[in-house]
Amino acid sequence: MSSTDTAPSRTASAGTAMRTTAPRRAREGTSERRAGYWWYVLPGAIGFLAVVAVPFGMNLWYSLTSFRGVGDPVFIGFDNYRRLLGDPLFWASFRHSVAFIVAMAILPTAIGVVVAAVLFNYISPKFGTKVASVLRATYYLPQILPIAVAGVLWKWMYQPQYGIINTTLRDLGLGGLAQNWLGDSDLAVYAVMNVLVWLQVGYTVVVFMAGLSRVDPALYEAAELDGATWLQQFRAITLNQLRPEIAVVLITTSVAALKVFAPIFVLTRGGPGTSTIVPAYFSFANFFTTNKVGYGAAVASVLALMISVVAVALLRYQTRNSEGFEDGRG
Amino acid sequence: MAVDSLEKAVVNPATPPAPPARRVKRRKRGVSGWLVLALVAGVGLLMLFPFWIAVVNAFKPAPDYIANGPVSLPTELDFSALVDFWGGVDFNRKLLNSVVISGSVAVIAVALSLLSAFAIGIGRIRGRVWILALFMLAFTIPQEALVYPLFVLTRDLGLYDTTTGVVIILSVLQSAFGTYMLSSVLGTFPPEVLEAARLDGATRFQVLRLVVLPLTRPTMAVLMTFFFIWTWNDFFLPLVLLPSADNQTVSVALGALSGQYTSDPTALAAASLAGILPALLFFLLFQRTLMRGVNLGAVK
Repeated sequence: MSSTDTAPSRTASAGTAMRTTAPRRAREGTSERRAGYWWYVLPGAIGFLAVVAVPFGMNLWYSLTSFRGVGDPVFIGFDNYRRLLGDPLFWASFRHSVAFIVAMAILPTAIGVVVAAVLFNYISPKFGTKVASVLRATYYLPQILPIAVAGVLWKWMYQPQYGIINTTLRDLGLGGLAQNWLGDSDLAVYAVMNVLVWLQVGYTVVVFMAGLSRVDPALYEAAELDGATWLQQFRAITLNQLRPEIAVVLITTSVAALKVFAPIFVLTRGGPGTSTIVPAYFSFANFFTTNKVGYGAAVASVLALMISVVAVALLRYQTRNSEGFEDGRG
Repeated sequence: MAVDSLEKAVVNPATPPAPPARRVKRRKRGVSGWLVLALVAGVGLLMLFPFWIAVVNAFKPAPDYIANGPVSLPTELDFSALVDFWGGVDFNRKLLNSVVISGSVAVIAVALSLLSAFAIGIGRIRGRVWILALFMLAFTIPQEALVYPLFVLTRDLGLYDTTTGVVIILSVLQSAFGTYMLSSVLGTFPPEVLEAARLDGATRFQVLRLVVLPLTRPTMAVLMTFFFIWTWNDFFLPLVLLPSADNQTVSVALGALSGQYTSDPTALAAASLAGILPALLFFLLFQRTLMRGVNLGAVK
């Protein structure tokens, strides 16, 4: 975030017409000069009002009403929220969110740290940075794919009769392991999780490799002299030094996992049954499939609240962290 | 498995992905070195496998697939699945829609971001911390909490199922992130440069256009690339706000495919390939920018 100090040299000079540099005008120019900048926020502010603030307010209003998309919303107070708390589907959707946090945040972070450390501290010195960059790009490639495309691709690979996973299992004589991956309500969650890990790993690898590039090589050199093994260096230096990146990545990817929609829509539409339903899809289905707009709005509001809590945690961590940096460097 | 840290290549974070800055003497790689490389490369191949398998099967005649399965190379090159998909969904039209929407959003969102960030980072307007917090809210809020009202509002304004409506909405949402990023970049803008411009009698707008704009061009290029690709990949809002086939984007067209074509084993491979190709093109074009940008967004 931008720092809040104002350089004295800048407050001393007036803004607009500076042909006449009278010191007097410079003094009183400060507030007027700042006011002039408000014009520049205006387009963004109008956009924010029209696209975020007003719609969000409307969504909150809908959540307090009975509204089926046609006619006028009828105020019913907190009934939708009360119903939510007793709705097993609502709880199931958040349980699946936990599974997808594992698949999008925890597993990719764990894998990413190890892969980044191996590429940066092992492959790169032994085989050159070029090899490491190519491997990094390889891991990153799924990230550039539209999720809808990734979904179609994996749906095709998971297909029970002719999909590559089952045909390969049969070819290997392991036909007994062939499953209806996305059609089995016990397996579907894991099948989706697998796709999400594949999608996310590249992001964490890239971020952590960039993080490692700012670590002082002297730390590793010292550890080397002390005879520390690669694993010891990984634990003592890499994990420690990457702590800010790990925290930021964990939080941002958890937010993404709470919001996950497209992979569910494309792969399973929340099914089979409700075995992969998530809050985003649950509210979407209420809005546009069953037309329970008020109820869907309540789900969306609860989701927004949860995500805001996580986002505030991120913000606090980042500000605290950057303050720490400034202190550390004097 | 000790690492000789003297060999460790120094990667300068300012210019990733760093070229080998100096010819490092590579000491013995050893058996364990090759083993680790094989392992990491093996996992990398696993990551690439879905891409490969889509390419192989997109050009395979359906009987060949049924006889030899998905792993084998095609016995003959058959473009019919790809051609069928392309014509069947009018893929040219979707590509055009995606290019127009993503391009417009990238330009408009960067312009909006620059204007707001100029006021926040350079102008240091009062309440900027609160404004930034609001902008941050705009890109963390789940779109589900905005979508129904946006649907109602665009319908009432005659913008439902129009490119214009989607472009406006996505530009604003993405500029929230852009403002956040650019504000912190402009917050560290060298004061002497601004001071010099003001002494030369530059107006606010001249400072923006002649001083700030040229010096922040690299950051803006990163932002524009990201906005383009994010919009290209965006799914949820285009799905809801662009229902008719003529207005659909590539992403939505492919997402709508799920459930179809299940009897034809090569059709989905062809569809996937059609979706992969533009993404791959962007990746090759923008690889450096992308890698730099990921880092820009992740840490501060």
